[in-house]
Amino acid sequence: MATRKFNRRRFLKATAAASTTAVFAPYISTSHAAGKLEVGFWDHWVPGGNDVLTKMCNEWAAKEKVEIKIDYIPSQGNKNLLTIAAESQAKSGHDMLAFPTWWPADKAKELEPVDDVMKDLISANGTVSPLMEYLGKHGGNWVAIPATPGSQIKGPCGRIDLFKQHAGIDIQKMYPAGAPPDKALSDSWTWDTFLVAAEKCHKAGSPFGIGLGGTTDSVDSMGALFGSYGAELVDAKGNITVNSDAVKQVLEYMKKLVPFLPPDVFAWDDASNNKWLVSGKGALIMNPPSAWAVAKRDAVKVAEQLWTFPTPRGPKGRYQPYLPFFWGIWKFSKNKSAAKSLMRHISTRSAVEKMVAASQGYDIPAFSKLNDFKTWAEEGPPKGTLYNYPPKPGQILSISAFPAPPKIAAQIYTQAITTKMVAKCTQGGESIDKAIAWAASELQGFMRS
Amino acid sequence: MALPLILIIVLLVGYPALFSIHMATLNKSMERFVGFENFTFLFSRETFWMVVRQSVVFAVTAVVFKALIGFCVAHFVHNIPAKGQRKWRGMLLVPWVIPPAMSTLAWLWLFDPSYSAFNWILEGVGIAPVNWLGDPNWARFAVILVNVWFGAPFFMIMYLAALKSVPEQLYEAAAIDGANWWQKLWYVTLPMMRNIIAITVLFSLIVTFANFDIVRVLTAGGPVDQTHVFATWAFKLGIESSDLPLGAAVSLFMFPILAIAAIFILRDINQRGNEA
Repeated sequence: MATRKFNRRRFLKATAAASTTAVFAPYISTSHAAGKLEVGFWDHWVPGGNDVLTKMCNEWAAKEKVEIKIDYIPSQGNKNLLTIAAESQAKSGHDMLAFPTWWPADKAKELEPVDDVMKDLISANGTVSPLMEYLGKHGGNWVAIPATPGSQIKGPCGRIDLFKQHAGIDIQKMYPAGAPPDKALSDSWTWDTFLVAAEKCHKAGSPFGIGLGGTTDSVDSMGALFGSYGAELVDAKGNITVNSDAVKQVLEYMKKLVPFLPPDVFAWDDASNNKWLVSGKGALIMNPPSAWAVAKRDAVKVAEQLWTFPTPRGPKGRYQPYLPFFWGIWKFSKNKSAAKSLMRHISTRSAVEKMVAASQGYDIPAFSKLNDFKTWAEEGPPKGTLYNYPPKPGQILSISAFPAPPKIAAQIYTQAITTKMVAKCTQGGESIDKAIAWAASELQGFMRS
Repeated sequence: MALPLILIIVLLVGYPALFSIHMATLNKSMERFVGFENFTFLFSRETFWMVVRQSVVFAVTAVVFKALIGFCVAHFVHNIPAKGQRKWRGMLLVPWVIPPAMSTLAWLWLFDPSYSAFNWILEGVGIAPVNWLGDPNWARFAVILVNVWFGAPFFMIMYLAALKSVPEQLYEAAAIDGANWWQKLWYVTLPMMRNIIAITVLFSLIVTFANFDIVRVLTAGGPVDQTHVFATWAFKLGIESSDLPLGAAVSLFMFPILAIAAIFILRDINQRGNEA
């Protein structure tokens, strides 16, 4: 694609009127005037997930006369984190990059504010949850916008047949497809019910597969549990609050639950729970529908029995573990206007709907008006298995370590303090007080600025 | 003539080393010079000392076993007729030439928490399955075992080369003096191999202390940080937790340990060289 050096001042002058009147106004329309844009997207694990995004970006580039270069950077081996760290140090690299959950906060000072883009997106696509503000808004500014690819909820994915047989729970009746949840049944879907069901399924030889290792699936599961009991390790002001009754209550709960889980859950990574469910051994895991998608390909009989539904309710509510991705623009980018234009283009309802469809329903958009796509209602087998995957009213999108200040929370999260506390007072045989004292010491170390 | 060497030293050794030291003296957000604060902070952390202990246990145990196995296997190979030695050498070197990240993946499948091939065999003979990677002690055993498997061929080939360089006349003279197998080993073979043993141990110690891939792939430092070594913990802190200065400080902590080991081993070699 032929290009010439992009003159930002000239472009702004020429398009100022248009950009103020139209939310998703074209970025530029003069031939060869829009320069080059280098973008680093997250490499989607779903085959074809990248193709839709590439097509949309190329369409935008052709229309706006921008020479676009796209790299898909995998999270496998933390290549995306290494890229962020390297570009942040070098002050050079992609103009626009995908940032995993905690990284907008960490690189906030190096990211271009995108309040103008967010304002337009919220106006068109609906509001975002407080969690998204917590993760993406820093110093009063949005430093990144929610990205659809990769954003996921890690609620339970359970076996319809095993739940009925062993736990006496009809999860399809509790959370039907195409209709609101059964009030009585969903109200009774609490962590206490979860514990009883875990015990029954364990006795029947189909234990729940809740990982307690150091990777995100394990940490997110614990985050939902801690959140729903109001168990905060560090409060929003940065005070260490781990030594609380709520935290003790959660650890007591886990002491009861762990004997009903597979004995090796402390070594589980993000693939282990998928394998556990796909193999037919387990009755439930907490994961996005990737396990179901793999089962659909490799073990259809298992896939036909899988149903994704919300997490149990705790004393403080029903906390859904949400792990969003963001798109941000480096301050060193030479083509910020083009990056913002691309952000708008790939965040329209139709663009997001295409991405969700391409991901087989795996991706969960952050905006309130974008949770009603037909993909979730139609995907199967069994039909409607993902209907209850996107967030519904009454659920709280959460992340482990919330509401600690993000830079502290990121360390609590990446160093898996919650699962380590559980491991210490279960597998390690330590007392709850000792596990809490250890956590308090670790948390003290995270207060460094 | 020395200019290319100076450039290599400055660009590939001096700059990265100084930059690491500089980075280790910055605060978390890398905006402020904090002197040795990162190091003093590490010294106050229980996890840091656990990583120090684990790194030492991991490196020393692995190097000892690699040296022992390499020494024995080198003798086995040396004692077979020269004509057939090449194929044995080639086969024994296979673990060392496969990229460790790849071979460790295969080990991961063997140790898999839920679907371990080893456990399948154990269960087949009526032995209870082992929680290879979920139990801290077994997990430590697993990472050391894989490191030994990977590194022992290096020792074997080095020792084999050393064995071949021992003059046959020395053995003949020892035999005439009535030396038995053990005495030949103790008074001829080992003294002639001392320098190569020392150098090999030193190199392996450095590489094993700095090991990353095996621990990262097999356990990622778990469970509960109990298999972390310096490199994996530095990565955890520096990249995953976005605290590059602290990660750099952890990495640099390897330097004095290895420097002391290198000084002692190289001084010993040097002394023997002078005596000779």
